[in-house]
Amino acid sequence: MTEAPVTGDVTESAGGPGAAPRPAPVPVPSASPASLRPSDAAATLLSSDAAATGSGYGSDDVIRTRGLTKRFRGGQLAVDGLDLAVPRGSVFGFLGPNGSGKTTTIRMLMGLIAPTSGTATVLGESMPQSVATVLPRVGALIEGPALYGFLSGRDNLERFDAADPTADPRTRRPRVEAALERVGLSAAAGKKARAYSLGMKQRLGLASALLRPRELLVLDEPTNGLDPQGMREIRTLVREVAAEGTTVFLSSHLLDEIEQVCTHAAVMSRGRLVVQGTVAELAARAQGRLVVRTPDVARAAEVLAAHRVTALVPGEGRVDGEPGVLDEEALPRLCAALVAAGVRVHGFGLERGTLEDAFVALTGEGFDVAG
Amino acid sequence: MSRAEAVARAGELAPGTGRRPGAGRQPAGRRPRTAAGFLALFRSELHLTFRRMRTKVLLAILAVLPILIGVVIKLNTDSPHEGGGGPSFIAQTTQNGLFLVFTALAVALPVFLPMTVGVVAGDAVAGEAAAGTLRYLLVAPAGRTRLLAAKFTAGLVFCLAATAAVAVTALAAGAALFPLGQVTLISGDTIGLGDALLRALLVAVVVAASLAGLVAIGLFVSTLTGSGIAAMAATVGLVITVQILDAFPQLDAVSPFLFSHYWLSFADLLRAPMYWDGVLKDLGLQAAYVAVFGSAAWSRFTSRDISA
Repeated sequence: MTEAPVTGDVTESAGGPGAAPRPAPVPVPSASPASLRPSDAAATLLSSDAAATGSGYGSDDVIRTRGLTKRFRGGQLAVDGLDLAVPRGSVFGFLGPNGSGKTTTIRMLMGLIAPTSGTATVLGESMPQSVATVLPRVGALIEGPALYGFLSGRDNLERFDAADPTADPRTRRPRVEAALERVGLSAAAGKKARAYSLGMKQRLGLASALLRPRELLVLDEPTNGLDPQGMREIRTLVREVAAEGTTVFLSSHLLDEIEQVCTHAAVMSRGRLVVQGTVAELAARAQGRLVVRTPDVARAAEVLAAHRVTALVPGEGRVDGEPGVLDEEALPRLCAALVAAGVRVHGFGLERGTLEDAFVALTGEGFDVAG
Repeated sequence: MSRAEAVARAGELAPGTGRRPGAGRQPAGRRPRTAAGFLALFRSELHLTFRRMRTKVLLAILAVLPILIGVVIKLNTDSPHEGGGGPSFIAQTTQNGLFLVFTALAVALPVFLPMTVGVVAGDAVAGEAAAGTLRYLLVAPAGRTRLLAAKFTAGLVFCLAATAAVAVTALAAGAALFPLGQVTLISGDTIGLGDALLRALLVAVVVAASLAGLVAIGLFVSTLTGSGIAAMAATVGLVITVQILDAFPQLDAVSPFLFSHYWLSFADLLRAPMYWDGVLKDLGLQAAYVAVFGSAAWSRFTSRDISA
């Protein structure tokens, strides 16, 4: 079988991250997005919460940064005062538009570039000073795969494994084969890497991150350039790895990706951390919308407007809007009013907010815009 | 075997995770480095250097060079002439094929050998940066000092291989085209073929060692840029510039400090007794270049932001 897919039962592994012990979630600051700057209210709220929960908080963070800042030589501020906390055992989504500083942050966490100011701690040791002791326990895929085109897939993995001085050369072969098997590349392992498709290169990159058991897996845009099937396989793999107890730090600009696999998420925008918390909390921040399905769109909109439903969007056979503050009786009253006004109600209900709504609300921009 | 079992098995194979059998799957704690693991990168680096098509082509060109020289000398046997500045063993070559080794090295050393070394050393770090593989080596983590040391070692081994490519084919071509036998040294003394072969070996090692300074320079240039081509061009350009500067009599004051100045002193080893003065100066100069440019490369590489 050529492309042995990275399968596993999807429904089963969906529970994977949840099965891992989950530490107390980082509280989502309740301040409005406009004031969410690390220097003011929101950041203060975060740190006072940290103090309140005592020693448990922070000691079990796999990644922790304080005021992490990177200014490039051109003067461009890529990352600005980042305070990030990634709990052990989480699948942490690192979300932001292209150019918002995600990759620069990851490079600082991996000791590839030095921060201009601030500190970063990975697996309890400060970076970049402790790369030699920290990185053997970390698998990473940074800004897409990079391979030696003239070497076979297998030889590429052997090369990267040889670079780790703590890896045992005697077990190299079987570990390489196991990693290839795991990403479904066993059959193509002898092929020169330059003949690989982007998807295969991406898998080989993942295989090199999985050459040894890792405590932390850092994946920067792991599904870039993959077809939907490939994306699904990578997500399944991420859930499997997380179910084994590895913390996964996953950067992406794809919201549904984060929503599907992550337990926690942080949102970056223009080099700043906008918010971090559990995915459920973040999604809850996006207000639900009231949706009425009816052929009488205009009439329904009138009635809804009269009942102080704002931001009405009439559509084909439906109208939706923001219901504002809802008490126990508000929805039944609205529904009764619609029926009383002769609107033929085919459907009536609240639609839960998505992470995308939350994201757009928080960053005030589309999620593909370069910041 | 299920996938999970495969993974678990691979996990057990991993050394030094400090886990007890039956403990949780998640490994924890520092992992010790081993001597074998430390040296693996050096082996890998050699493997990588000599697996490259480019390296093979460079070595092939160097191997063809002595054959061409041998054939040209054979065709012009009637009109042997003295060479320009450097030592010329062309007249001796027609008498004894072994001298083709020295002729070929004397021709290759000023231009061809340093060019190939410049290509290999110049591309060493910059090429990895351009391909993006550098970041994966560093997060492995290769360790910047260790990676640089492995690159330098591979560069030195390439110098040996390049010199050997010239010397061995020269010996073969010389034996095929000209008579072998007792060797008359340039001091007029005569030694046996076995002794002469040993001297040829010594000369080849000295020639390879005289390229060490250039390896360090190439590595330094390589840490300055993210483009392999730029680094190769700069290093090769530097070789040519230095050769030109060395030729100006007005620059006599600085020429003893140019890395190529004593390169052709290996001819002194073909005297009886061997005259080591120039050779030792050459080796000392190379050591100084390695120290200076090696430190510069190290200081640059260990402090540099890797954003490629």
